[in-house]
Amino acid sequence: MKKVNYQNLSSKLSLLLLAFVLTFSTNILAQETGDAIAGEALYKSNCAACHKLDKKGVGPALRNVAEKYERDWLYKWISNSQGLIKSGDSKAVALFAEYNNSVMTSFPGLSNNDIDNILAYTSLPKPEPKVAIAPIAASNNDDGNLQNIILAVLVLILLLLVTMFYLVAKSLTKLSQANGVEVQTATKKPLWKVIVQNQFLMLVSAIMFLLVAAYFMYAFFMQIGIDQGYAPVQPIHYSHKIHAGANKIDCKYCHSSAIKSKHSGIPSLNVCMNCHKNIAEYNGEEDLANGYTKEFYTKEIAKLYEAVGWDDADQSYTGEEKPVKWIQIHNLPDFVYFNHSQHVNVAGVECQTCHGPVEEMEIMYQHSPLTMGWCIDCHRETNVDLENNDYYEKIHEELSKKYNVEKLTAAELGGLECGKCHY
Amino acid sequence: MKITNMKNIVNIAVTILIMLSVTSCFDKKKPNYRYMPNMYTSVAVETYSEYEILPNGQAALTPVKGTISRGWMPYEYENTQEGKALATKELKIPLAVNEENLAKGKELFNIYCAICHGNKGDGQGTLVKREKFLGIPSLADKGRNITEGDIYHVMMYGLNSMGSYASQTNEKERWQITMHALDLKSKLNGEPLWSSAQKDSMEKETTSNEAN
Repeated sequence: MKKVNYQNLSSKLSLLLLAFVLTFSTNILAQETGDAIAGEALYKSNCAACHKLDKKGVGPALRNVAEKYERDWLYKWISNSQGLIKSGDSKAVALFAEYNNSVMTSFPGLSNNDIDNILAYTSLPKPEPKVAIAPIAASNNDDGNLQNIILAVLVLILLLLVTMFYLVAKSLTKLSQANGVEVQTATKKPLWKVIVQNQFLMLVSAIMFLLVAAYFMYAFFMQIGIDQGYAPVQPIHYSHKIHAGANKIDCKYCHSSAIKSKHSGIPSLNVCMNCHKNIAEYNGEEDLANGYTKEFYTKEIAKLYEAVGWDDADQSYTGEEKPVKWIQIHNLPDFVYFNHSQHVNVAGVECQTCHGPVEEMEIMYQHSPLTMGWCIDCHRETNVDLENNDYYEKIHEELSKKYNVEKLTAAELGGLECGKCHY
Repeated sequence: MKITNMKNIVNIAVTILIMLSVTSCFDKKKPNYRYMPNMYTSVAVETYSEYEILPNGQAALTPVKGTISRGWMPYEYENTQEGKALATKELKIPLAVNEENLAKGKELFNIYCAICHGNKGDGQGTLVKREKFLGIPSLADKGRNITEGDIYHVMMYGLNSMGSYASQTNEKERWQITMHALDLKSKLNGEPLWSSAQKDSMEKETTSNEAN
């Protein structure tokens, strides 16, 4: 009996406790949600460029900043930080010095009420890290799975047929043996013996063999030096699919020299850091079937930080650089001259024309064969845009007459001359 | 009977093995054979190659200190608050404000800047919409009140979270972008286009010169 009593007591106590906690927590929420929601929008549009909640950015981390400083001081600082520093406020001067004298933009447009809202948002407790959901595969790779299933079914059918034929043949021979019929097997000569004994067949099969061999030899020699489909493993897993596909960053943002030089340019790491100074972890879509998880991508960003010597915690460069040894994919022989700017800037060729659907490539590969035949095919087919090109108007007119065409192709403008690419 | 059967099976297995070995030679992760590999590599030092004699083995190096690359003009304003204030005050667009420069500026702005600042300069670029970046201000932001020297200086050195764009653009391109940015700013403020005002004032100047 006593035990039962105690149990009741403890359960009652815990109920009370629960009720207390619940009322308390709802009170907190009731007080601050309205403000915090408005504050979040303001925070994201005004503060988030330089401040993060839990991590040092250009400026300090802002979680619970309201507890560190007085409200009035914060009002003054946010509306005009430089004014506060100039007035000689010791806290302001110390803060300014601590963050490398980087000036915080003044926000005269934010009212005290707005600032209260933002502070309500920054005072929200840090959300618990979400429990990782068990990976659910098969969502991404439907096509591949379907193909595999079809293949497996076909193989199964084939195996069934083979065993069936084997069984039928076996039972037939058994049946004939039982009926006393002699099965003629020994009289059949092997095929090669028949061919060897017949000179004509010998000749035909020799010719056939040579032709087939020549065909395969030709195919083998023709593919030497062609790297179509070449997709080396790069030292840092850089996904064009994420950058150019999902985020729609222009190719020329990183490969800026493609508009003005022979090379398309491998972006130096400072170009990566233009964005990745702020983006230290990956929060986009995952491809679990291939093992491209958020952690995987975040690790790759960490590799970039290591190479460029960026201390993410301290938000500063350490000066210890380790150059990334990217592996060249597209490689023209040294005896061919190719100029990116001529094609991108003058001809206005899209990058994808030669490099394929780069925005869909998780791993970059060579799309085109890059053979001379491939170059020439394109030069023969591509019409040159002659509009608004007054300087060459006369030449274009004469060439049009000469070839008796309205639109000139790159080939007709001299795009097939040896010396254009080989010298 | 049984022996020939066995022979057949061995034959089939051998052909399958040969076919497999032929196809397995192709590995996407490795470059193909080449006829004359030494004709692929340049004898002269190539931009992105590795050479022992160079620091870090890297051929991609920044210019030697104290030298000026072709087509590069030294920038005299320092990367400090004072430098920025001075650039804001002194720097003026050296290029003519014409259609060609404005069109080029728009093209370049859309490549380098619009990804964060938005095609309209309202701070709503793709990366902001996808919440990769937050808090990108509008070009017409009152607290910043950007000017031509200011824009150029920030592109040169970067500011706060924004990186430097000096490695991706040259001097002319930066000024062309500046022109387009000022146009966008005036558009956002609902004012007449900055460039048309510039052209008007230029015309006035020339006419007044002619009158004199």
